[in-house]
Amino acid sequence: MVINEKKGCTVLELDGITKSYGGRRVLDDVGFTVAPGRLTGFVGGNGAGKTTTMRIALGVLGKDAGSVALNGSPVTTADRRRFGYMPEERGLYPKMKVAEHIAYLARLHGFSKADAARKATALLERLGLGERLGDLVETLSLGNQQRAQIAASLVHEPEVLILDEPFSGLDPLAVDVVAGVLQEKAASGAAVLFSSHQLDVVERLCDDLVIIASGTIRAAGTRDELRAQHATHRYELVSRGDAGWLREEPGVNVLDFDGGYALFDAADDATAQRVLQGAVARGDVASFAPLRPTLAEIFKEVIQ
Amino acid sequence: MSTSTAVPSRPGELHSIWLVAEREIGSKLRSKAFVISTAVLIVAALASVLWGGFTAGTASSSGIPVAVTAQTQSDVSGLDGLEVTVVDSDDAARALVADGTVDAALVAGSSDSSFDFTVVVKDSVPSTLLQMLSETPPVDRIDPGSNAADVLRYFIALAFGIVFLIAATTFGGTIAQSVVEEKQTRVVEILISAIPVRALLAGKVLGNTILAMAQIVLLAAVAVIGLAVTDQAGVLTALGAPIAWFAIFFLFGFVLLASLFAAAAAMVSRQEDIGATTTPITMLIMAPYFLVIFFNDNPVVLTVMSYVPFSAPVGMPLRMYLGDAQWWEPVLSLLVLLASCVAAIGLASRIYQNSLLRMGARVKLAEALKG
Repeated sequence: MVINEKKGCTVLELDGITKSYGGRRVLDDVGFTVAPGRLTGFVGGNGAGKTTTMRIALGVLGKDAGSVALNGSPVTTADRRRFGYMPEERGLYPKMKVAEHIAYLARLHGFSKADAARKATALLERLGLGERLGDLVETLSLGNQQRAQIAASLVHEPEVLILDEPFSGLDPLAVDVVAGVLQEKAASGAAVLFSSHQLDVVERLCDDLVIIASGTIRAAGTRDELRAQHATHRYELVSRGDAGWLREEPGVNVLDFDGGYALFDAADDATAQRVLQGAVARGDVASFAPLRPTLAEIFKEVIQ
Repeated sequence: MSTSTAVPSRPGELHSIWLVAEREIGSKLRSKAFVISTAVLIVAALASVLWGGFTAGTASSSGIPVAVTAQTQSDVSGLDGLEVTVVDSDDAARALVADGTVDAALVAGSSDSSFDFTVVVKDSVPSTLLQMLSETPPVDRIDPGSNAADVLRYFIALAFGIVFLIAATTFGGTIAQSVVEEKQTRVVEILISAIPVRALLAGKVLGNTILAMAQIVLLAAVAVIGLAVTDQAGVLTALGAPIAWFAIFFLFGFVLLASLFAAAAAMVSRQEDIGATTTPITMLIMAPYFLVIFFNDNPVVLTVMSYVPFSAPVGMPLRMYLGDAQWWEPVLSLLVLLASCVAAIGLASRIYQNSLLRMGARVKLAEALKG
């Protein structure tokens, strides 16, 4: 992928976004940054405000207060042409041929007819729709329409990608294909924001995370930062010997125990180190590791 | 996925408009229903022209029967399509008109100093004959009270009315459906992240206007060729200018209607709800059709119709065919139409922009206008 020079420096910043529908505040002081070259996952429950936030970032919905800035200056209509968007409710013309449709969108973004056709074909093939190029959109299965929709958001080589639930309805293989395309896109310097309910996919894919609940941002940062912030002193030990001795250790609270396996909370890092040394002294240790919180656990914790 | 094409600069608005128009045209031309209905319309037009030629041909195989005297014979010399009977006196000529042997008589003397003859007819004015005479002579009706409906006029009124009705509802309906389809499928959110909203609206209106005009021009061509082939030169001469004006009026009348249709459709989010907002516009289209059927012999109604923007495309060409309209009248009416067209586009584009992204319940007109 040839990286456009303008790319690689596109930062999308949302700040203080507020939105009310008929007196009900659906977004309250929402702000976060989507960095270039990184995948940012946007997680939240149903009705938390993900779609509203994304539509405001894209400019298809007005906001009551706050700002959306691209590289420090407010986003203009011209800037928005460099955005790629996948709406929550999928939409393509049902009676158009897939390749023609994607090429049409590329042409609306200014590509020549020949370039548009070439790019549409290449992208659809990459997304596994190579056999269906001449089929009408309405004849595709939902999963395949989803792939076409992703192609629609990518075909004009956007510098900012905003995807609302790009993985919903995809089988595991398709998830991998789409994830690969998004990672490639980020690697080429684009800022990519996507929402998802599939926390495992988000956890595997994302560099950065934003967690929203009831219209407010509950957590935002890199995945590793968030994990560190929410890390507990919980450890897992697998050893050859019997781990029963752990129960007698001061500062250790054993949660689960089965022969050489033990799951425990240590009072502090020093206690954990002492346990490891003790385990090694008592026999071979197969594994000893801090249990890092999963995204699902962090999510449950922060939205409360 | 590798690409050597740089991201292009923002395309011009005209280019965007044309791309949208092109897609509208392409998708319509691929619709079997559209192609078939157009073919049916053209066959019907051709059939009615040929039928007209056939009946006209049997009625007057050697032309319109006209009585002249020795004095007025020279006025019709050299004119094709007339069956000339020479009689002794003006009174004898009038008698032939009165008993129906001839359609008209040219008698000496005139109320207009530039003519030395007067055309005497029984009731209806023979527009074909008047067209043949290079300038319009004074006409004297023997029996002006019984102005029986002229069958030809009725059919021509009906033809203008029906063509306008069919073309305007077909393409107005198309644009309305296409606006709602984009809204319902949310493809509109992707489209307007690529091009300005007004370019989308303009492209849709342009595309459908091109299609509607193409259909009208095709029909007009069929009518003209049909008239020429069946040797109805008289009707052709009388209808040529009205048909041309009809096409011009239709062009702007349709742009006006299409903008309104697009705006009305943008106010709803589902195909099922289209009727709720487009019905008033459909009524506006149907009005001229019914008016010409019931009032094609009422000069006051026709005159009003020929200036009201929605009915002008039907009313003005009909008045021109009937010879009622002064030369400046179609021009004035066209100016009125153009002004309303500009106003309608402004209004429609406001409603469209304000309603396009509002999903769910129908947008109220006041909200759509306020924004």
